[in-house]
Amino acid sequence: MGLYASSQRRRTAAVLTLFALVALPWFLQVIDQAFYVSFASRVLIFALVATSLNLVIGFGGMVSFGHAAFFGAGAYTVAVLAESGVVSAGLAWPMAVVVAALLALLVGAISLRTRGVYFIMITLAFAQMAFYLVVSLKAWGGDDGLPLLRRSSFGNLDLKDDTTFYFIVLSALALALVALDRLAHSRFGRVIQCIRENETRMEALGYPVFSFKLVCFVIGGGLAGLAGALLVNQTGLASPSLLHWMLSGTLMVMIVLGGVGSVFGGVVGAVLLLLCEEFFVEFTTHWPIGLGLVLLAVVLWAPLGIAGLFGWGRNRE
Amino acid sequence: MIQLILEQALNGLQFGLMLFLLAAGLTLVFGIMDMINLAHGSLYMAGAYLAASATQASGSFMVGIAVAMLGTAILGALLEVTLLRRLYARNHLAQVLATFALILIANEVVRMIWGAQPVLLNAPDELSGPVNIGGFLYPAYRLLIIGVGALVAGLLYVLVTRTRLGMWVRAGASNREMTEALGVNVRLLFTAVFAFGAALCALAGALLGPLLAVQVGMGENILILAFVVIVIGGIGSIRGALVGSLLVGLVDTLGRAALPSLLRMFLSLEVASNLGPALASILIYVLMAAILFWRPEGLFPARA
Repeated sequence: MGLYASSQRRRTAAVLTLFALVALPWFLQVIDQAFYVSFASRVLIFALVATSLNLVIGFGGMVSFGHAAFFGAGAYTVAVLAESGVVSAGLAWPMAVVVAALLALLVGAISLRTRGVYFIMITLAFAQMAFYLVVSLKAWGGDDGLPLLRRSSFGNLDLKDDTTFYFIVLSALALALVALDRLAHSRFGRVIQCIRENETRMEALGYPVFSFKLVCFVIGGGLAGLAGALLVNQTGLASPSLLHWMLSGTLMVMIVLGGVGSVFGGVVGAVLLLLCEEFFVEFTTHWPIGLGLVLLAVVLWAPLGIAGLFGWGRNRE
Repeated sequence: MIQLILEQALNGLQFGLMLFLLAAGLTLVFGIMDMINLAHGSLYMAGAYLAASATQASGSFMVGIAVAMLGTAILGALLEVTLLRRLYARNHLAQVLATFALILIANEVVRMIWGAQPVLLNAPDELSGPVNIGGFLYPAYRLLIIGVGALVAGLLYVLVTRTRLGMWVRAGASNREMTEALGVNVRLLFTAVFAFGAALCALAGALLGPLLAVQVGMGENILILAFVVIVIGGIGSIRGALVGSLLVGLVDTLGRAALPSLLRMFLSLEVASNLGPALASILIYVLMAAILFWRPEGLFPARA
């Protein structure tokens, strides 16, 4: 397995990337582009939610087409709590995680009874329910979304400051990645990846397959809820578009671009996609054509994504 | 009151039949090749745009529909031969993503050709008025849609259940390898099925064009409904698609019409007017989740 041979190189690359990301706000300041710090936070938040989906799809093998619902649940939880006066991040953000995880528990408990195409469609159906629910609830702003009245307060830190917020997002992402890496190599991670490879065999070996999958699904949902809580602080608006199925699709695109089932796949894909979008939108409004063509090419010729091209994806196929 | 319910039931029937035109092609593609095709909605959009352009150029709605069906069928066949065929052996994630990419491309191409503004597609003038059925008035054009939809649904049902071609298709859906072993050219059959499904999409797009807006992204919402239909009905089953379409069409339309006033009987006006539309819009998804909960393979599973 190349996993052990390359693990030292991977660790070095991860540490170097982390240093680069820590230095980024300072660097942007120097080149007088401090505006991009907020954009960088946004990219990292999407990296976080893509990573959470990668746990579900890449490691758990559950092709969920409704992940945006958990992302949106986190965002709406924070916005609704802020409206009723709860702005402490120490309270609101864990609540966002809990609400998203509970939603994932409900959706997962029902959806995981089905498999294959039916699973894809039933997760999509639940996400659509959540979407239409927030769109039609006037109390939560309906179509227009719910503005975040006050940003979450985080001790003495001022979240309105872009750089401070950036470092909070970066810490959250780094912690999540370390946790994912540990999880992937833990007993739980091994079992869940074996289930991905051969569910019947694991069932025959006596593993409670359903519970393992459900736990994995709930962790992914909770993590997406955290990302949602961060995003609503970045944009200042809990919008129904956060629950739209196009976003669920885009998240899938990110992890496939980056590398399904590779720890950094979600990060690589999110960064790549959002940077390309930011870059190409300057030149053409028709940039989705380019994205579509690249995506087709990746699906047809590089099924393991960027991670697969560089040989640091998972060892399969 | 009776009149209102009757009118809404007819609307539901009309919507269900149009959904069936989409779901029929989708369920066969799904059933035979085990392939998720998100781009099915794009074919519907292409059909509507082609119909709008051809109607404007020729001045005849009939010509518009014919051109749309033919053009979209050719487009579908080309798509199948060049791209989708490569995806059959791949996993569902790859299929979802590749066809998601097709949606992105199709939406942009349409935006480039026809612009971002919705395009106008008018029903023929003769059909713009209402007709009198047994004492109540109903728009003639909607009645026509019901008629055409019922006719096509009937023909399709006979084609699939009573002819040799249909037998091959059903055999392909329930066991592709066995069907191939028995000497049916499933690849060719499938290209034909795909083109046929695309033509049905175009018909639905052209017929619904005057009622809904012909615009970029019109395919996505109805696509999800079509998926709901075939999942409810059982993937690969034409009968399931028909039952599912009518169920979804009726539940959605009647739910939107009746639920708010029904809730008002039990809840306060404010709560009811808030909750009613919300519940109505998620009703079909609740229906789908409930059906999958009790029958994870849908109402009429095609694979025994």
